[in-house]
Amino acid sequence: MMIATLRESTTMEHARMELARHWRHRHARYRLQGSRNSVSGAVAFPPREGNEWEPCVLSGQGTVVTYTVVHQPPLGHHGEVPYILAIVALAEGPMITAQLSDCQANEVQIGMPVEMVTRLLGNEGEDGLLLYGYKFRPII
Amino acid sequence: MRPVYIAGTGMTAVAEHWTRTALSLASDAARQALSRSTIPHIDALYLANGSSAPLGLHQNFAPAVAHELGLTGIEAISFESAGAAGGLAIRQAAMAVAAGLADAILVVGVEKVSDFLDEHREESLALTSDTDWESLHGVTLTTQWAMLMRKYMHDYAVGISDFAPFPVNAHANAVANKQALYRFAINADKLKDASMIADPLSLLDSSTIADGAAAVLISATPASDGPAVRLLGSGVASAPVALHDRDDLLDLTAVRQSSQRALAAAGIDANQVQAFDLYDPHGIAAVLAFEAMGYAAKGTGTQLGASNAIRPGGSVPLALSGGCKARGDVFGALGVYQIAELTAQLRQTAPTQVDNCQFALAQSMAGIATTVVTHILARD
Repeated sequence: MMIATLRESTTMEHARMELARHWRHRHARYRLQGSRNSVSGAVAFPPREGNEWEPCVLSGQGTVVTYTVVHQPPLGHHGEVPYILAIVALAEGPMITAQLSDCQANEVQIGMPVEMVTRLLGNEGEDGLLLYGYKFRPII
Repeated sequence: MRPVYIAGTGMTAVAEHWTRTALSLASDAARQALSRSTIPHIDALYLANGSSAPLGLHQNFAPAVAHELGLTGIEAISFESAGAAGGLAIRQAAMAVAAGLADAILVVGVEKVSDFLDEHREESLALTSDTDWESLHGVTLTTQWAMLMRKYMHDYAVGISDFAPFPVNAHANAVANKQALYRFAINADKLKDASMIADPLSLLDSSTIADGAAAVLISATPASDGPAVRLLGSGVASAPVALHDRDDLLDLTAVRQSSQRALAAAGIDANQVQAFDLYDPHGIAAVLAFEAMGYAAKGTGTQLGASNAIRPGGSVPLALSGGCKARGDVFGALGVYQIAELTAQLRQTAPTQVDNCQFALAQSMAGIATTVVTHILARD
């Protein structure tokens, strides 16, 4: 009984700690907010800190630079196998790593235009977090 | 600066050591290295290990190994920088000896991974990626190499089979190595049918992480039981952790910088190196490393395989002990295994031998060439 209670509270505590880790990136995860350099005009994603960087919401448009179809996943991604992982060049310049969604592996090509969509990234179970964020899909 | 010698080496087999602990493996390799040297006093013990802390096994393991060896109280330091741990420990030991701060330092590299499931291993290895912006999306080291291979195949119009000579060479070289994990040859046909881990990377072009330990005695005086082997020079360089932060995905800049620094420190030219051991868990990793070091022009690295240049009789003999693919991928211990294996190569006592080898190059890394360490060894 003691052990069960302890394990339960540990899971809850863990979820609460994890929450801050993901919440602090909510603008980047949900609306692809990066940074623009007020001096050079360069756009960065993930967002940068420092005086010369200001928030900048990206268009979500991009092209596939490269990709892989993952059959042997790390912990926490078993339910997603096989999933398509890609590096996407965003229209504003920076590259981003994300999964591709709403398509089959044999439809993906390097150079293919894609757009950002919000999807479930992870489900940590009954006491854990449902984690949402960006993936990319072919432009229909 | 004083010359730095390899005064003793030891290795366990790379295997799934179900009956043995990390402490047993580490102390076994260390005792072998000490028993083969005549060095009367050890100043420090440097312990290299990449996976134990992320897997929840142990951390700061150096004092445990020191105590087991009867060296209780000695300066005992742990290097835990993932796949670069062994190489970095060797470099730090060499710098201390060269500077005269120590006369003899025992470097031990150990990994104990077989107690953990694949998905745990993959996750712990992926910690060298960018946790918030890569790993969260299901990235592992293997998926990163797979994405580089896909882009390479696209940009330079090569196929999966063009990478096959690398695992084929690794397996062929491992047949004679009693310490290797996989002592059997494979052929390119077999590779074609292998199942995918992260397309286009298949099982037979992917290394297996396994248990093992190696030890090297870094000393100001040479070994007395054979030709003296010197650590002539080394270099370390770094690169952005996330692949998406790099200007050119297919340019392993830290490989180039660390090898240039090592060659400059050694005072030799790149074309004088006669034996190579690289971090080569997949063919693409060796191809990109050879290109970054200038042994092949960009986009032509697979030809080093097709032309047999990587074979023991070729111009850039690679993975003579079996490489990560067939000797086994010993992660943070790799940098120590490499020095032990290449010392045998330079002494003409290696299982798979290059004729009259004078200079050898060892290279290991954390992440996808995020931290790279290169050493040049020479027979005096």
